Amino acid sequence: MKRNWLLYPYVVWMILFTVVPILLVFYYSVTVQGGGFSLTMAHYARVFEPLYMSVIWRSIQLALVSTIACFILGYPVAMILANSPDKQQFSLIVLFVVPMWMNFLARTYAWLSIMENNGIINAFLGLIGVGPLSLLYNAGAVVLGMVYNYVPFMVFPIYTVLRKLDPSLIEAAEDLGANPVRSFLKVTFPLSLPGVLSGVTMVFMPSVTTFAISQLLGGGQFTLIGNLIEQQYLRTYDWGFGSALSIILMIIILISMGLMSRSNVYEEGGLI
Amino acid sequence: MRAILKKCYLWLIFIFLYAPILVLILFSFNVSRSRGNWGGLSLRWYGELFQDRAIMTALGNTVLIALVAAAVSAAVGTVAAVGIYRLKGWKKSFVMNITYLPILNPDIVIGISMMILFIAMSFPRGMASLIVSHITFGLPYGVISVLPKLAQLDPQIFDAALDLGATPREAYFKVILPQILPGVFTGFLLAFTMSVDDFVVSFFVTGNGVANLAISIYSMSRRGINPKINAVLTLLFIAVAAMMYLIQRRLRKSSREAV
Repeated sequence: MKRNWLLYPYVVWMILFTVVPILLVFYYSVTVQGGGFSLTMAHYARVFEPLYMSVIWRSIQLALVSTIACFILGYPVAMILANSPDKQQFSLIVLFVVPMWMNFLARTYAWLSIMENNGIINAFLGLIGVGPLSLLYNAGAVVLGMVYNYVPFMVFPIYTVLRKLDPSLIEAAEDLGANPVRSFLKVTFPLSLPGVLSGVTMVFMPSVTTFAISQLLGGGQFTLIGNLIEQQYLRTYDWGFGSALSIILMIIILISMGLMSRSNVYEEGGLI
Repeated sequence: MRAILKKCYLWLIFIFLYAPILVLILFSFNVSRSRGNWGGLSLRWYGELFQDRAIMTALGNTVLIALVAAAVSAAVGTVAAVGIYRLKGWKKSFVMNITYLPILNPDIVIGISMMILFIAMSFPRGMASLIVSHITFGLPYGVISVLPKLAQLDPQIFDAALDLGATPREAYFKVILPQILPGVFTGFLLAFTMSVDDFVVSFFVTGNGVANLAISIYSMSRRGINPKINAVLTLLFIAVAAMMYLIQRRLRKSSREAV
């Protein structure tokens, strides 16, 4: 039963619209703009100038901070979900997806009304005689935006792994005299590591590449690598440099995925 | 005591996730134009919304793009999943790798690389490029939602249908499809959700002044967002939530009847 023609439309589509575009980016990153086929490494050399290295470094730092924050906030959520009654689990999971029906940019923008100088938080602080604090346009606001948008990506994979965990393992640990803390540290947590690694990747990647969150909540003062790429393409029209930055960004992601050793969590279909 | 603590923690997380949405909905009923000050309850923005050509067009674009992208992703993704399921060895890992590529590739790279492709191909930028790009990042969800359902199928069921006299076409449509239908719907819903939620890819691939809601919000954000946008987002949110609820209910009902 050879029915591989089923695949052709899909494979052709995906190669044309995902692989070919990436090859084009690579092509622009190594050629002189308007210079035909003359090769150059100048675009990559520019990436290593201190000015741009500091932008890349800042992006990685902020993404790491958000990833750690998502882990600290998300792990307990995943545990609570995995241990709640089966009937509730589905509805609780849905509650994490529902916010996405309100567009990402709209939700991020709404944080402005909450955090502005005359926004909601400062209105409450004003009632108790504090403030107004300037909450926006700093690193904290950008990290908050990242954590807010990406924490579900930490919760889902950890939840999926924890739910499949055999409860008798924990019972065994406790029968053998481990207290809850010890059985968590020695049994539950190590077994949930594939989910944690997958969650870390799923949060780190969009955080390190964002440009909209830093644009809105950082007020344009917080240039991250994503903002730099956007500027090259839409403002200065330096496609070569923008493409080199994009390739570097993809390499950062490949390295971080390599570090996470890409366990087969994706194969298990994550949430589904 | 621990149960109460757990509940409180979950509540705090949900408050964090829903706060901006509640604020958005609340301010769509605000009589004043300011996004910080509460002036009193009113339906003013809902009334003005329907006269605003630009916003209504953006809403229409958002809905149309999401429906087309989700339908194509679910249909083509299902057919592809049936094909992938049969594959083995390097072919399978090759196809799975190109399936995960758009999921793992950063939005901004998807956006700029497709923009370059469309410019290089002189592909019309606007509605067509938006739909093509949304199908591209929706398709993998169509595939990965159906694959686990295929894995759960009894491998003999297809042959059994043929033995009982079904043609291969009948076997696919009357035996296999009903069994994997929940996966097909999951794929549709995920692709739809991704499309409604997207901003970055749309921002880069659009052209000729074609805007969906996300693009309109971004272009307004410097001057301050028109409260009509809050109203249209509230309506869209409620419509999508109602649609999802109805589909889920029907799915649960049909899966119960099937058992």
